[in-house]
Amino acid sequence: MPQLSELTAALAAGKRAETVRLTQELLAAGVRPQTIIEEGLVPGMAVIGEQFKRNEIFVPEMLVAARAMKEAIKLLEPLLAAAGIKPKYTAIIGTVRGDLHDIGKNLVSTMWRGANFAVVDLGTNVAPERYVQAAREHGAQIVGLSALLTTTMPAMKETVALLKEANLPGVKVLVGGAPITQLFADEIGADGYAADAGTAVDLAKRLVGDAA
Amino acid sequence: MTSREKVRRALRHEAGPVPVDFGSTGVTGLHISCVAALREHYGLDRHPVRVCEPFQMLGEIEDDLAGALGSDCTGVNGRTTMFGFANEGWREWRTPWGQEVMVPEGFRVRVDAGGEHYLFPQGDTTVPPSGHMPASGYFFDAIIRQEPIDEDRLDPADNCVEFQRLAPEDVAHWHREFVRVKGSTRSVTGGIGGTGLGDIALVPGPFLKHPKGIRDVNEWYISLVERRDYVHRIFSHQCEIALENLAEYARIAGDAMDILFVCGTDFGTQNSQFCSVATFDELYAPYYRRINDWVHRNTGWKTFKHSCGAVRPLMERFIDCGFDILNPVQCSAKGMEAAGLKTDFGDRIVYWGGGVDTQHVLPFGTPAEVTAQVTERLAAFSPSGGYIFNTIHNIQARTPTENIVAMVDAVHAFNQRGG
Repeated sequence: MPQLSELTAALAAGKRAETVRLTQELLAAGVRPQTIIEEGLVPGMAVIGEQFKRNEIFVPEMLVAARAMKEAIKLLEPLLAAAGIKPKYTAIIGTVRGDLHDIGKNLVSTMWRGANFAVVDLGTNVAPERYVQAAREHGAQIVGLSALLTTTMPAMKETVALLKEANLPGVKVLVGGAPITQLFADEIGADGYAADAGTAVDLAKRLVGDAA
Repeated sequence: MTSREKVRRALRHEAGPVPVDFGSTGVTGLHISCVAALREHYGLDRHPVRVCEPFQMLGEIEDDLAGALGSDCTGVNGRTTMFGFANEGWREWRTPWGQEVMVPEGFRVRVDAGGEHYLFPQGDTTVPPSGHMPASGYFFDAIIRQEPIDEDRLDPADNCVEFQRLAPEDVAHWHREFVRVKGSTRSVTGGIGGTGLGDIALVPGPFLKHPKGIRDVNEWYISLVERRDYVHRIFSHQCEIALENLAEYARIAGDAMDILFVCGTDFGTQNSQFCSVATFDELYAPYYRRINDWVHRNTGWKTFKHSCGAVRPLMERFIDCGFDILNPVQCSAKGMEAAGLKTDFGDRIVYWGGGVDTQHVLPFGTPAEVTAQVTERLAAFSPSGGYIFNTIHNIQARTPTENIVAMVDAVHAFNQRGG
């Protein structure tokens, strides 16, 4: 039986086929899906996030690892669902109205999935009220907003205002994207700003009170 | 001293008045809403402005506005747009934000019930659209039309269909364009397309009716890691074609042109790069060097590299590959502070841009803040030449006119003071 650390290493190296094979072998050996995620895949994505923050890897390598992660999760999710096991937290994510850019948003989405969050991805060009509706419907703890354009920064402001106005208990709003800064996040009343996908994981965990 | 002489002097790294560019390329222009507002502000003839670049919805800077803005540069335009239709047969069109503009005949848009706008490649409404402007948007983004990828059947030729020898109609177009700019007192920037390596705006092929190969943006980035040989074969092919086309283009343009726009590929993000220095050396540098070497051996042109973001770790590479000019000099990105860039590389590369931050200060600051930043940047970049003033990338929609005017006035005031 392969070690969970081998799976972590394969994922951190972005080896898709090996990640899938090791996941299958661990399952076949009777390792619980939840253990595979928490002790194999989550540490792998954490390595990726750290390397990205330190500029040791770049967006292409992140995308390669994210794809390997997604394929492993695809094998595990049905088993987790059948066993009634849900991720610990729920996050809503989307690119704000008027903005069609999604690379950063998708990376954050995958990194959150790799950190024990169920992620509801609303896609791009998302109207403010859809975030509110989804946060309510799914009982989310985190709502993530992305914007790449200066012209859509006002839409981000509008969305944060609507989320705050909705007064959803326990919901924290995170923002990010190329033109977004901590200053802007503070101005519009967001609960947090992340400059990259690795930071977005740390921040989301901190905001939900996960001490990991 | 003519505008062209001012630019040439700056390109030679000689001190003098700082030349200014507004609109000579697709990355140094203004959104069409700003162009109309400036025409109004300066009291120029009122008429619908032409969309000279429909992807980013840039407005044409006509001679009268270029004069009002003090622009020392002009550009020769391609025959076709990013969406593959010709820049001809102008007609009126009303934008989603209610502005009357002029668009080419081939600009065919379908609007859905929610007000989302879809634009068609080569103006052909019988094929799926290739551009999407949200109802509340100000420009188009490419629609990803990726066919399922079969790794065993991937053929680099599918990503090379857009890299062809100049067609007779292209040659005729360039002849007309260079007749148009011949005798201009402004410095002329041109380009032929096909010299940009993996520009992510072009990878989806918004100008193609049925793009094949790797057309999804994520898949392209993944290809830089996992399908490197595939990417090499594309770059190698396009480099061969580009050199043949450049020879023909040089025969037409001759010394009527000063600057060749080579590549718009972004290597920087806000805080990092899109690839390591090692990847740049292995995957990009050989091709860039071939193109730049050819230009320097065969023409008097300077070569222009556009890359947004935090590219300081790649600066030595850009210089080593033979690029003469870097744009847009995103000073707000990590490690891109003006003074440091000038000190470390300013005698070996010309900075074209960096004049004011279009993410924060220009759209959201006060006119006084704009003036202060423009003056500070001019003081940092302009000593000993090697600097052309421009904003950091195109001026975006919703930028207050008074801020743009404050920027223009600050540059004039700086030059009047003698720097």
